[in-house]
Amino acid sequence: MRPFQYARPDGLDHATQLTAPADTMAIAGGTNLVDLMKLQVETPQELIDINRLTMGEIADTDDGGLRIGALATNTATAAHDRVRREYPVLARAILAGATQQLRNKATTGGNLCQRTRCYYFTNIDQPCNKRDPGSGCGAIKGIARLHAILGTSPQCIATYPGDMAVAMAALDAKVEITAEGDKGRTVPVRDFHRLPGDKPEKDNVLEAGEIITGVTLPGPVEGKQIYRKVRERSSYAFALVSVAAVVAMKDGRISRADLAFGGIAHKPWYDPRLSELLVGEAPSAALFDKAADLLLEDAQGYGENDFKIPLARRTLAATLANATGVEL
Amino acid sequence: MEQDQPATDCKLDQMSQGIIGKPISRSEGFAKVTGTAPYAAEYPIENCLEGVLVTAPIARGKVTSIDVDAGLEMDGVIAVVEDERMIARPAQGTAGEAPVQQPRQVCYWGQPIALVVAETFEQARDATKHLAITFDADDLKDVPFDPHQVEPESQESSSQGDLAKAMNDAPHSIDAHITTTGHASAAMEPHSAIAEWDGNMLTVHSSLQMLNYNIAELADSLDLKEDEIRLVSRYVGGGFGSKLGVSEETVAASIAAMKLNRPVRVVMSRQQVFQCIMRRSETSQRLRLAADNDGGLTGFGHQALVSNLPGESFAEPVLQSSHFLYGGENRLLEMDVARIHRMTAGSVRAPGEAVGMPALEVAMDMLAEESGVDPVELRLRNIPESHPIKGTPFSSHRLAECLKQGARQFGWDGGSRQPRHTREGEWWIGTGMASAARVHNISEAKARVTIKADGTAVVETDMTDIGTGTYTILGQIAGEMLGLPRDKVLVELGDTQFPRGSGSGGSWGASSVGSAVFVACEALRKSLAERAGVAEDKLKLKDGAIQNGVSLVDLLEGEDLSEEGHYEPGDIDDDYVAASFGAYFTQVRVNHFTGETRVERMTGAFGFGRVLNETTARSQCIGGMTWSIGAALTEALHFDPVDGHLVNCDLAEYHVPVHRDVPDLQVIMVEERDPAASPIQAKGVGELGVCGGAGAIANAIYNACGARVMEFPMTPDKVMARMPDD
Amino acid sequence: MPITINDTQHALPDDPRTSLLDFLRRDCGLTGTKKGCDHGQCGACTVIVNGERINSCLSLAVMHDGDSVTTIEGLGTPDAPSALQKAFVEHDGYQCGYCTPGQICSATAMLQEIANNMPSDASENLDDRIKPTADEIRERLSGNLCRCGAYANIIAAIAEVAEGDAA
Repeated sequence: MRPFQYARPDGLDHATQLTAPADTMAIAGGTNLVDLMKLQVETPQELIDINRLTMGEIADTDDGGLRIGALATNTATAAHDRVRREYPVLARAILAGATQQLRNKATTGGNLCQRTRCYYFTNIDQPCNKRDPGSGCGAIKGIARLHAILGTSPQCIATYPGDMAVAMAALDAKVEITAEGDKGRTVPVRDFHRLPGDKPEKDNVLEAGEIITGVTLPGPVEGKQIYRKVRERSSYAFALVSVAAVVAMKDGRISRADLAFGGIAHKPWYDPRLSELLVGEAPSAALFDKAADLLLEDAQGYGENDFKIPLARRTLAATLANATGVEL
Repeated sequence: MEQDQPATDCKLDQMSQGIIGKPISRSEGFAKVTGTAPYAAEYPIENCLEGVLVTAPIARGKVTSIDVDAGLEMDGVIAVVEDERMIARPAQGTAGEAPVQQPRQVCYWGQPIALVVAETFEQARDATKHLAITFDADDLKDVPFDPHQVEPESQESSSQGDLAKAMNDAPHSIDAHITTTGHASAAMEPHSAIAEWDGNMLTVHSSLQMLNYNIAELADSLDLKEDEIRLVSRYVGGGFGSKLGVSEETVAASIAAMKLNRPVRVVMSRQQVFQCIMRRSETSQRLRLAADNDGGLTGFGHQALVSNLPGESFAEPVLQSSHFLYGGENRLLEMDVARIHRMTAGSVRAPGEAVGMPALEVAMDMLAEESGVDPVELRLRNIPESHPIKGTPFSSHRLAECLKQGARQFGWDGGSRQPRHTREGEWWIGTGMASAARVHNISEAKARVTIKADGTAVVETDMTDIGTGTYTILGQIAGEMLGLPRDKVLVELGDTQFPRGSGSGGSWGASSVGSAVFVACEALRKSLAERAGVAEDKLKLKDGAIQNGVSLVDLLEGEDLSEEGHYEPGDIDDDYVAASFGAYFTQVRVNHFTGETRVERMTGAFGFGRVLNETTARSQCIGGMTWSIGAALTEALHFDPVDGHLVNCDLAEYHVPVHRDVPDLQVIMVEERDPAASPIQAKGVGELGVCGGAGAIANAIYNACGARVMEFPMTPDKVMARMPDD
Repeated sequence: MPITINDTQHALPDDPRTSLLDFLRRDCGLTGTKKGCDHGQCGACTVIVNGERINSCLSLAVMHDGDSVTTIEGLGTPDAPSALQKAFVEHDGYQCGYCTPGQICSATAMLQEIANNMPSDASENLDDRIKPTADEIRERLSGNLCRCGAYANIIAAIAEVAEGDAA
């Protein structure tokens, strides 16, 4: 680790002031940041420990939804009574990620900011446009097993590795952000993460001095909720492909189909066209195939990850079959 | 003693204490479960500096400069050690001499080139990332990384009869191409050392498997005499081959301690362990099997391509058990090695059979299907009477028993093997089996056994216990022979101040050093018999007393009695083929959509000579079977095609099995004594569990879902790609 | 505020880079907590902080002032081992022993998590009372790698204690 100054803010406002400089970072659970600091992928000169701010509450919202504080741990969120009953896709996604030890430290805000697991990003002796803009991308010509098939750019094919945010994207949750002087804003989880484009160093829309204060889930909806994660071992592995699904049926037809995907893009992948295609239709293998065609029409593999295209198709079909009760 | 004849009448069976073979808990158990057992880096040594290795970010070339002065300016940095005695690769197992040194010559990406020493670990680690180093790197276009892109060297070749003709003539034949990826040992304790130099004597606490060889390797590297070095490895946090030879951190810590006159600790980062310690080579294998109408083999071909760095003598011995496991008149066994610039290839648990056996057993499964013979029956029909080429008899052979007992316990259904017979929801369920085989290795070993005047005994050898149970079984052997309960025998290991053992590796530790303890105890029994005035074969020792009730304490009259046992393998291995055998049976479920595979249950039946401790032997078996699951489903080293570096160099992306991957495992230890294998009639068991089990899982995947996957590991993508459409 | 480790107070390190793991091992001499990967990928460094198990390698010691940490040394001693420590010995739930303190710290906290009805990926139903089945224990212990492959015995050891607790 590079030497850094360690500080604790007096309050949220103070925290936004302290984290405004470019070489300053906020630390919450630290499960990703400390890892990357040891590798010197991250080299903040000042580290602002926000853990003692009171942002860990999980509380009902006025409109029947649920607000999860930025410092609520993944464990607390997954174990929360309403999350288990009304937003099981979120509980399932969190529980499918990492381990209990990590989830006990990992927070809502930190997890949203989790950085990619691309092997070239974490190895500072390899080229990586995300870590070191302009240095090139080692993965495109190298081993792209973990990498994206949708929304890539010539600069970067990294994936967002998390699970929680994929479920939040399916649920259309909103990220609450604050900045110095109470300049708050709200960003849908679906828009919080970016595609790499020509700025792969920027994972998401958060600006310096901005701090996530919480995530709000809309009121619960009818339907079946599924989080399906395909990984190389049965636990403690990042997703090859994952699907978060909130699907409802009415009179034999699909009345709701909110789907988000992990492991295939630089962000939790949400394609509004899928819902448009599926809603109002009777579920069938042919319909699921059409949905996959639409989802994957621009998909591109990079050798090692070519398999994600058929895997995403098959996982989507299996998830939709499960959600709608169709036998494939 | 030298063993030239089978030890048919073993004294261990004639003793009275009754502890040999018994499921006694490990003597060091409570030290391990309470965190009080010290591993190499954990000795509280005053004034200790912290060293961190600096590694090269180039595949091949030269280090042209290291700005030491600038390094010394950095916070806390005491020294930047660059010394041509530092080693650039770990020593191969049993090398007994320095490996490749002169680290300025870089031969693989991530090679250690220097050591930064600082007051604290954080200071040293940070400084390694900011040293100014220049390189003269070779053009990557000229550096081979892919074993298929170079002209390989022939490593071994043997043939008998005409395999091609046998394949042509046979009513049933299989020609299968199977690949396996590289593996990492990934022992949980990273390679670590603390070196201290007092001006005359170098003392190194290190995590090593074979101190008897390591002391010579370290002495040769440093140009010291062996009696100027003391190596201590009392607890070793797993080895699996990765700590057979002395590695970079131990030599670097030693050089730094000698230069600085202060103790220096060097612990490799997990990434460094992956990048600079031995890998198991990837393999490309071709299996050709020709059989008559009843499945009897008429032809047997096994060819393999493996890789290593230029200059390394080791080549993954893929064909090792293929020479003798099954019959077949017409035989061809060939292995080539490609010289490429990935890190050193060396021993990883069960070198050879761990990858050769699964491939062979997949081919056998294909032959079973092709010939319509049940897979268990096919194997039973092809067990040879003697070595298929040399004609040498087997010392002892329990494959048939293992196959039969394993099948019975598992509930193997000898009926139709049509794939896709059972589906539950999205999951196909099926079964598979495979044989296990592993050559028997044994080595010279010494151990001192002392009966103390107080009636207790001490066993001393520089042998290590890497988790196998050596502390416990050596105490059982001595206790059995000397008539002492296990807790009256103190076993002291892992210190070169003791007599040279065999080291732990190649599954040879128990039979080699166990025999040395046995030999020492035989000599002690003679002395005791003389003192007691009885013939040695009439001497009965139990619970610290002889048959007439006289206690050992009284018999010794205040003196200690000490003997050094020296065991040497004689020429008996010319007369017999000795190997451990076994069989695996498993049931898996495979997801129809995603190809995810879960092992639901697994039974292993193993014959490995005398069981010295039922508990620790069984643990070795379940450990090997767990590795079989990893080799079958999850473990793969991925190398960058551009510069050959290992991309998945950590435990997040190199997937060793986790708890959830491993079901309850059933183990059957088939009764066996092998008088030709060792004086104590024991063979090795540490590796047997991983010598074919991955094949059983592969065969079960096929039986479940119809996907015949030819690439290990069978990750979801590979299974999915072969899943039949329907 | 100091940090409390196994009921003893310690002053925090000066260098904020020091991980809780290195602080325990180097500064406090509590080497029972192991460093297997230093990146939260193996679980050997698992300790219990304020009742919850965490990877001590991924936490900075300075972030823990006022916290109460229990390490393997705080769970039992060779003369007075905890029920889990005893069960690990009886079931041979270890081989080389390096992952063992982490497995035991993890299992200790896990049994409490099940008692608190916290769900896992293996829980079939998020609404039901969670039971310490072998499948639940396997999933919940999956953050603790054992390269020797002692998993089957570790599960047997924990299951025995879990059953004792339930009875």
